[in-house]
Amino acid sequence: MGWFTKPAEITASTPTEAIWAVCPACKAYVPRAEWNNDLRVCPRCDYHDRLTCRQRVAQICDSGSFAEISAAVSVRDPLKFADASGAYADKAQAAVKKTGEGEAILTGTARIDGIPVVIGVMDFRFLGGSLASGTGERILLAAEAALKQRQPLILFSASGGARMHEGIISLMQMAKTCAGISRLQQARIPYISVLTDPTTGGVSASYAMVGDINIAEPKALIGFAGRRVIEQTIKQQLPEDFQTAEYLLEHGFLDHIVHRGAMKTFLAKVLRYASHG
Amino acid sequence: MSEIDFSNKLTPWEIVQIARNPGRPAIADYIQGMCDDFVELHGDRAFGDDRALIGGFATIGGERVMLIGQRKGKSVEENILANFGMANPEGYRKALRLMKLAEKYGIPVVSLVDTPGAYPGLDAEARGQAEAIARNLTEMAGLRTPFVVVITGEGGSGGALGIAVGDVVLMMQYAVYSVISPEGCASILWRDGKKAPEAAEALKITSESLKKLAVIDEIIAEPKGAAHSDPGQAIDAVKKAILKHLKALKKLDTDTLVQKRYDKYAAMGR
Ligand SMILES: [Zn+2]
Repeated sequence: MGWFTKPAEITASTPTEAIWAVCPACKAYVPRAEWNNDLRVCPRCDYHDRLTCRQRVAQICDSGSFAEISAAVSVRDPLKFADASGAYADKAQAAVKKTGEGEAILTGTARIDGIPVVIGVMDFRFLGGSLASGTGERILLAAEAALKQRQPLILFSASGGARMHEGIISLMQMAKTCAGISRLQQARIPYISVLTDPTTGGVSASYAMVGDINIAEPKALIGFAGRRVIEQTIKQQLPEDFQTAEYLLEHGFLDHIVHRGAMKTFLAKVLRYASHG
Repeated sequence: MSEIDFSNKLTPWEIVQIARNPGRPAIADYIQGMCDDFVELHGDRAFGDDRALIGGFATIGGERVMLIGQRKGKSVEENILANFGMANPEGYRKALRLMKLAEKYGIPVVSLVDTPGAYPGLDAEARGQAEAIARNLTEMAGLRTPFVVVITGEGGSGGALGIAVGDVVLMMQYAVYSVISPEGCASILWRDGKKAPEAAEALKITSESLKKLAVIDEIIAEPKGAAHSDPGQAIDAVKKAILKHLKALKKLDTDTLVQKRYDKYAAMGR
């Protein structure tokens, strides 16, 4: 049923958000059950809502095949950073508590349509999916596992960029993760990058953009510099579709835009071409 | 810069001002002051020739190298031509072309870093600023020739790193290197751009802090009063440091060199 259909039972005591999901893009009320079942894609406007890393794993990996590999790598505080609103260490611990994850990416081994892979999935809820030392370490270990096991690496990005609270150490994770990708290239191990909403800043300018195959979800925000910074710099209006997946496809930086409902099938299809036995 | 008192320990924010001083030696000064010869090589072979990022064959103390670096101008005209040292994607792609050429000819790369950042423009995004930097990071990690980086002034985030993945990373005493400008960090995390001095302190962007964090390998001492007070002496110190490290790196066989570079970046943040 469509977004306009009212669910059958509404009692005064049932909280509204338990029954209805509101699409962040078109503001339509969608029955909660339908929103959840439908991959969290708006049935009205096709908006792809942000997923938690575990929701993504459940959608992409064969049932029961995922095994986490770097749970022991947790968030760090190399600068002992604090700003006006308090210590980074406290914010990091709050993010761990809120998400139940140790860092902004979940990595592991899994199978996709029977094909063994190493997979990493970022979680935007964890400090905006920012790239920092723990995130970078998990990605490098995933790349090293892919190299050792000679299995394809798949990374799903969802990130506002480098995490400021770890300063230069976060910047260095761009080089560190790309060093891991470089080794896969030399060993001819497939690496597929999937850019989801949003993939910006230092993550777009490192591992997310150097896949053998770059895939994005529809309408995902993808770009290097922030929209406001660009507007202030060039003092002109930016096109409506600027920094969307569709814009990047048109400019030659993506191989494909793939609807969430077709993502697993598409990955499996590409993997069959990419693995040279 | 008269307000900075060098007899006291300088604050990170004071060091930011020194790093941005327009009188500080720029790449043109290094080419003139430390190279016996320079053959500029232009263009990325795809779109254009970015004047914000220059490079070419150079001879430094008898050593043949590929020299690359961002270009800051000394005059308004030169700064406009060089886009204030903020490169577009074609600049990073030109740098990569020259790195690969250096690898092919078996000559080392010397990269001089001085940029506020990669240019944040509409056309830069359309032509793939993110892809250009990402590609460089990936290629530099595996480049099969010695690679020496010197942070000479401003090491502005991804725009700096895009030419700065080397075997050794040297940094001038009063240079800075950061994931974001102190002003940008202050306006986001302090919600007040005027808190830049606090952000500069918290971000640990000075050579002294970065040496402790093992992000850089060596600090190149500057003359009393900083590089702009005696450019000749500063350039000479940079030249000596580059030659010392080139000599050591050239002794390594290429597999060892590339392995050590991988280990260096793999250890970042561990
Ligand atoms: Zn919608």
